[in-house]
Amino acid sequence: MHEFDWSSIPNALPFLWDGMKISLEITLSAVVFGIVWGTLLALMRLSSVSVLSWFAAAYVNLFRAVPLVMVLLWFFLIVPHLLERLFGLPPGSDVRLASAIAGFALFEAAYYSEIIRAGIQSVPKGQMAAASALGMTYGQSMRLVVLPQAFRNMVPLLLTQGIILFQDTSLVYVSALADFFGAAYKVGDRDGRLVELLLFAGVVYFIICFAASRLVRHFQNRLKTA
Amino acid sequence: MAYNWNWGVFLQPTATGDDTYLGWMFYGFKMTIALSLSAWLIALAVGAVVGILRTVPNKLLAGIATAYVEVFRNIPLLVQLFLWYFVMPELLPEQLGNAFKQTNPILQQFLASMVCLALFTSARVAEQVRSGINSLPPGQKNAGLAMGFTLAQTYRHVLLPMAVRLIVPPLTSEFLNIFKNSAVCSTIGLLELAAQGRQLVDYTAQPYESFIAVTLAYLTINVVVMFGMRWVEARVRVPGYIGAK
Repeated sequence: MHEFDWSSIPNALPFLWDGMKISLEITLSAVVFGIVWGTLLALMRLSSVSVLSWFAAAYVNLFRAVPLVMVLLWFFLIVPHLLERLFGLPPGSDVRLASAIAGFALFEAAYYSEIIRAGIQSVPKGQMAAASALGMTYGQSMRLVVLPQAFRNMVPLLLTQGIILFQDTSLVYVSALADFFGAAYKVGDRDGRLVELLLFAGVVYFIICFAASRLVRHFQNRLKTA
Repeated sequence: MAYNWNWGVFLQPTATGDDTYLGWMFYGFKMTIALSLSAWLIALAVGAVVGILRTVPNKLLAGIATAYVEVFRNIPLLVQLFLWYFVMPELLPEQLGNAFKQTNPILQQFLASMVCLALFTSARVAEQVRSGINSLPPGQKNAGLAMGFTLAQTYRHVLLPMAVRLIVPPLTSEFLNIFKNSAVCSTIGLLELAAQGRQLVDYTAQPYESFIAVTLAYLTINVVVMFGMRWVEARVRVPGYIGAK
């Protein structure tokens, strides 16, 4: 049986916290970017301009058919080369991390766009018709009438997706970025205490995600009664 | 600095000389399929049991099942994988742990990956099973019990036949997910499709061809599973039920 030795964790806490900050930063930027780009994609998908709806459908289906690990590897290994060639960047200029984070956000936007599309479609058609009858343009009726109602219905789903996204950030491990999991792994590897550090990481993720999903559920119940 | 496209690279013999690069990719493809399918079968079995337990009128059993689902849903897949691969053998009784560590390394990676993917997915399957059972009108269960069925008989003859057919569409997306999630197993060195793609980049210096080929392979899996499941969905659809077109 393994003899536990947790002594390397207290000293490593500042390093682990730095990793956690990176995880949270990636999560936050991907959530914000994902919702903005996801909304645009959803609007394109629902638009009557066939080029736009075709593009959005292709984008979403492509990203949803490919594993996140593959997307991260594309953006970590291939896209930086491409950018260097396209813009004549000096080789070795490090765009790889930025690229990996961008890839992550582009990937998550596809999932957000599906949630948002369903949210827009859940608003009764009469709302759009009424707004048009009042003389609003398409843009105005979307912005002032349909989207506010759609987002109110979607809040729990968007937050739940945010929790999933936070869990997904651990996969930036493949791009050598020291997020919380990467940091825990490094400390464990350095001190020969992989068992303790991995268990610690698992417990931390569990506490954060469990608490967050409880909060979302609480929030959801309050929305329902309101 | 023009890029030299060379699709012929797949037919060249590998650096180790025992295969072509296409052969490597095919090996990864088979590994992905074998891993995903075996994990899926376990996930269905475990998920069905856990999902049913979540709906039974027994606080202890339902509580255990709920805890199971929460644990597997709130820890990232990558962390779970590392826990199975690096931590589990250390926590097992010494003999068992050593026996595991002495087996073929590929088998170790495969087993850890399979167990990890299976249990991770089983928690999601359990949620679908539970919501399928809960979506049935409560009168069905009451009617079964009123007819003199035991609880087990009610599940066996009344609730489950209906619930199983209702949850096929949501299970389709879990089935698609397990193939995508299997790519995570490349991180512990299992040579499945994503790992082979990475290896091809290193060996051939043809990164675009390698990654395009691997991405197309995932797309193919996705399309095949989607059409297959669409066929299954059409067969098991409950006529006259909401969602049945």
